[in-house]
Amino acid sequence: MKYLMLKHYRGGPTPAVDSPPMDQWTPEEVDAHMTYMSDFAKRLVETGEFVDSQALSAEGAFVRHDGEGRPPVTDGPFAETKDLIAGWMIIDVESWDRALELAGELSAAPGAGGRPIHEWLEVRPFLTGVPGNTE
Amino acid sequence: MITDGLRELVPAVIGVLVRRGADFASAEDAVQEALIRALETWPDDPPRDPKAWLVAAAWRKFLDAVRSESSRQGRELAVDLEPPAGPVTGADDTLRLYFLCAHPTLPAASAVALTLRAVGGLTTRQIATAYLVPEATMAQRISRAKKRIEGLPLDQPGDLGTVLRVLYLVFNEGYGADSTEHTDLADEAIRIARQLAALTDDPEVAGLLALMLLHHARRATRTGAGGRLIPLAEQDRSRWDTGMIAEGVAVLQAALARDRLGDYQAQAAIAALHADAPSTAETDWVQIVEWYDELLALTDSPVVRLNRAVAVGEADGAQAGLAALADLDPDLPRHAAVAAHLHERAGDLARAAELYAEASRTATSVPERDHLTRETARVRQLLRP
Repeated sequence: MKYLMLKHYRGGPTPAVDSPPMDQWTPEEVDAHMTYMSDFAKRLVETGEFVDSQALSAEGAFVRHDGEGRPPVTDGPFAETKDLIAGWMIIDVESWDRALELAGELSAAPGAGGRPIHEWLEVRPFLTGVPGNTE
Repeated sequence: MITDGLRELVPAVIGVLVRRGADFASAEDAVQEALIRALETWPDDPPRDPKAWLVAAAWRKFLDAVRSESSRQGRELAVDLEPPAGPVTGADDTLRLYFLCAHPTLPAASAVALTLRAVGGLTTRQIATAYLVPEATMAQRISRAKKRIEGLPLDQPGDLGTVLRVLYLVFNEGYGADSTEHTDLADEAIRIARQLAALTDDPEVAGLLALMLLHHARRATRTGAGGRLIPLAEQDRSRWDTGMIAEGVAVLQAALARDRLGDYQAQAAIAALHADAPSTAETDWVQIVEWYDELLALTDSPVVRLNRAVAVGEADGAQAGLAALADLDPDLPRHAAVAAHLHERAGDLARAAELYAEASRTATSVPERDHLTRETARVRQLLRP
């Protein structure tokens, strides 16, 4: 079963810990955070559970079609109040419980002062491409 | 192509190495490396005796690995360098390999991967691509699986039930896949089940093989443009593979004649009744309900009861189907979809539309969700004045 662990810059439930944003951390704290994330991914490769991990820039825009022959319309940069996705990790695990266990570990990544940031991660199962027995 | 038939040799070659004293994990690694080498070189330089080539290449890889391991640890070689001229491995050794790869202590995904590699003769890359995970992840999954079964004796009788479950998992993963895309898991499962059926005379192995053939015969008609799911009632039956259906029915009949009924034979019997019918209306639903009753007697599962309710709805009318559904937990997967179908047949379109919408929200696959969304739209259109 594949699951998406979605990391948000903004949005989601109220933060459990009042942690300063990353750009106010020390370089060592940023490094420690990044190392934790990459070690976590490496460990999942070793357990045979890693699928993918990507980070997104905080910049970007909303885009939509605006009629035949017209350029697409953009709306952005994103408003400060909007939910903003920071990146994700995709895992392939035996169960929902295992997905929660791993998300819990990932959420313990260290932040300012080396303390776990307790950030909320959104965990979502993938829809498969394979229908069950529908006959 | 020269590499056709190469994969079939893999389990026997692993068996040869194990008989010469290699442990299973190292033997399997060595054969995988020899297999990759064969895939690279055989097209230009085909061997005269493919099996002998593979044994020799794998044994060399194995000795290389042992040598580098012993020099690293400063230990003596654990294995004689000269292979003993032992007897050729037999069917029993290969059968035990199936048991080991599907060992009950392994998580399902690991048993699937190990079976495809050691018994199916697929490369790690092919398996990784089929399951849409990185090759490194799949390699680790297989290597951990091998560690987990390390030390288990190869000469113990195993659990055929878990082997069959693993093969059926592989088959179902390939059920809706586009066969041009990558390794066809449904074909692989059928191929391995054929090998297994040749090794053992258990009627459930034949039952599973028949079941897979009967489902596979309808594959081309199960999906339309863009992967759209086409339900049984709307499939173009003239495009079903009659040769494969005939084979499935013959395999099933031979198994049923043994008079040791099991789950897979009963499911195959139901699939055979569908395959035999010119249309949904002309399907022998009464006999299908009887087979569901047999299946319930073998294993009383809620999923079987749910499917039985559909058949009852066809055999005795929608109200009877709804009555059969009444005792079941509404949280069961596909319960809402089945209820929607039965309510529509009973004429309650409003309730059917609600249930189809609910079912589409809880569907676990994209083709199913899209199908149920279309069904919702279709019934809502009927409701408009």
